[in-house]
Amino acid sequence: MNIVVLVKQVPDTATERKLNAADNTLDRAASDGVVNELDEYAIEEALLLKEKHGGEVTILTMGPDQATDSIRKALSMGADKAVFVNDDALHGSDSLQTAYALAQALGTLEFDLVVLGSESTDARTGVVGAALAEYLGLPQLTLAGKVDVDGGAIKIQRQTDYGYDVVEAQLPAVVSVVEKINEPRYPSFKLIMQAKKKPVDKKSAADAGIDTAKVGLANATTETVDFAAAPPRAAGTIVKDEGDGGVKIADFLAEKKFV
Amino acid sequence: MAEVLVLVDHVDGQVKKVTTELLTAARRIGEPAAVWVGEGVESGKAALAEFGAEKVYVAPAELNDYVVAPKAELLAKLAQDKGAAAILVSATAENKEIAGRTAVKLGSGVLTDVVDVNADLVTEHSIFGGATVTHGRVKTGVPVIAVRPNSVPAEAAAGAAAEEAVSVELSDAAKAAKVVERVVQEQGERPELTEAAIVVSGGRGVGSDDFTVVENLADSLGAAVGASRAAVDSGWYPNQFQVGQTGKTVSPNLYVALGISGAIQHRAGMQTSKNIVAVNKDPEAPIFELVDFGVVGDLHTVAPQLTEEIKKRK
Ligand SMILES: Cc1cc2nc3c(=O)[nH]c(=O)nc-3n(C[C@H](O)[C@H](O)[C@H](O)COP(=O)(O)OP(=O)(O)OC[C@H]3O[C@@H](n4cnc5c(N)ncnc54)[C@H](O)[C@@H]3O)c2cc1C
Ligand SMILES: Nc1ncnc2c1ncn2[C@@H]1O[C@H](COP(=O)(O)O)[C@@H](O)[C@H]1O
Repeated sequence: MNIVVLVKQVPDTATERKLNAADNTLDRAASDGVVNELDEYAIEEALLLKEKHGGEVTILTMGPDQATDSIRKALSMGADKAVFVNDDALHGSDSLQTAYALAQALGTLEFDLVVLGSESTDARTGVVGAALAEYLGLPQLTLAGKVDVDGGAIKIQRQTDYGYDVVEAQLPAVVSVVEKINEPRYPSFKLIMQAKKKPVDKKSAADAGIDTAKVGLANATTETVDFAAAPPRAAGTIVKDEGDGGVKIADFLAEKKFV
Repeated sequence: MAEVLVLVDHVDGQVKKVTTELLTAARRIGEPAAVWVGEGVESGKAALAEFGAEKVYVAPAELNDYVVAPKAELLAKLAQDKGAAAILVSATAENKEIAGRTAVKLGSGVLTDVVDVNADLVTEHSIFGGATVTHGRVKTGVPVIAVRPNSVPAEAAAGAAAEEAVSVELSDAAKAAKVVERVVQEQGERPELTEAAIVVSGGRGVGSDDFTVVENLADSLGAAVGASRAAVDSGWYPNQFQVGQTGKTVSPNLYVALGISGAIQHRAGMQTSKNIVAVNKDPEAPIFELVDFGVVGDLHTVAPQLTEEIKKRK
């Protein structure tokens, strides 16, 4: 079974994240880039499926030059190879354009399953998986907390507001994962060394079959009109419990008319 | 005035509060038209009328048998047939997916996790865990917008709520992922997490699967109960109550965090709460950066005392 895992590089959530004043896009140079947390779970799930069913795991990343670091990280977890779609024309693409571009790139690859994270920590749109399924015309098995593949059939537990749905489909399919699904592995020293030699196939937009008139900031379907730092929260009151902490909170709640 | 489609969230015919918020926002833009999928419209219609729905489109329950795609086909078709000015859905994980697919079908743009929307369809967003406020706009096609619950205050205004049955011939692609079983985990009598005006959450500091210290405080306030990922992963509280980046995003009037450190992933799901109270025994816990009122202390003594105080003052 051949699996493509979509891996996005995002600014480290532990650092201060910024937007670019010039074009209101994410300032990717301002903070360290890391693999989007949920994508590590996607990689792990693909590796588990490969261990069970055989085949190959390919990483697909679209992004600026520095995303190479995230590709190496993904390869050092145990993926076999990577495709890196890297083209200035893609800068400023919104979530739907990203889904379109990834769908086109997937069209140049052979796969039984596409696995991705259900949400990225920067944009947090959570639409790429669904939009990708729409573009590819493949079954949408998103928000998966459990995945089982049996021959050509796939079954997932889809996390819902009330519990979960059991969903069935035929391969090929698009699966997005939630963090309940597994515990991502740490790369071993051996794998880190091996990862340096694994093939990374760099593609321009044209190589990946992407129509550049449909991507990038100028063609985006949405725009960020302006941005500003959120007004700082008024400094709160913090007290040490001297045996009356509960009473003091009650006083605060009374003042705010909650009780 | 052009119609603004509002996808209704309901549980067995009971309309969720967020839908009344969306109808309120829709009235700024055009004429609200509610889109109801499944059974129960008889019991839900009054609430839709009360918040200004001029029309109620009712689609068959069959659309719920498959993942996301059927509702996107319905919304795209209605938007085209009715010349809709915009489509509003609540920003739940599923509805954001519906929004994304609908926008692809319409060749339009989608904005998710919006905290406000004005008459010109300019949206407001709170990003980077609440640190930055942005305004956005859809540039192409019919804007599809997912609005965070508890962001736009619901205001009543009577609407005709004229019912019209609609249907859509589902494509094969839309039927490719079939729901074969629905597992509903008990919610109990408490308000729904994303809808609640008050949320009381417990974290690793609760210390065991005995969450009664959290539940008792929640019940004294008529609040929903939430949990951090640490508490959920430890098996102390069910998954659907997780608050945070990969759990639910809540925006209540009051959020009480008991024994929660305030990791960035947790903050991402609660930072826009209007008032924040925390009890934590570590004065350095990052949650204290957010609080309006914080107590450094043991939640196992502070929370029960608070619960008693609230009961006394009622
Ligand atoms: C991909 C990914 C997604 C994630 N998504 C989420 C998410 O959606 N939601 C989420 O919450 N987390 C999420 N996390 C996890 C997050 O990083 C933290 O690990 C988690 O929020 C910690 O939970 P906690 O605050 O309960 O536990 P801890 O960080 O262990 O904090 C426990 C706190 O309780 C205090 N305490 C202990 N005993 C007491 C006592 N008796 N009285 C008072 N205080 C006490 C301690 O001082 C401490 O501050 C995610 C992580 C990843 C990698
Ligand atoms: N530029 C990208 N390259 C590869 N994968 C991506 C990219 N953008 C988004 N994804 C995938 O889509 C998921 C959801 O992203 P989003 O919808 O932007 O929150 C991520 O977890 C990734 O798996």
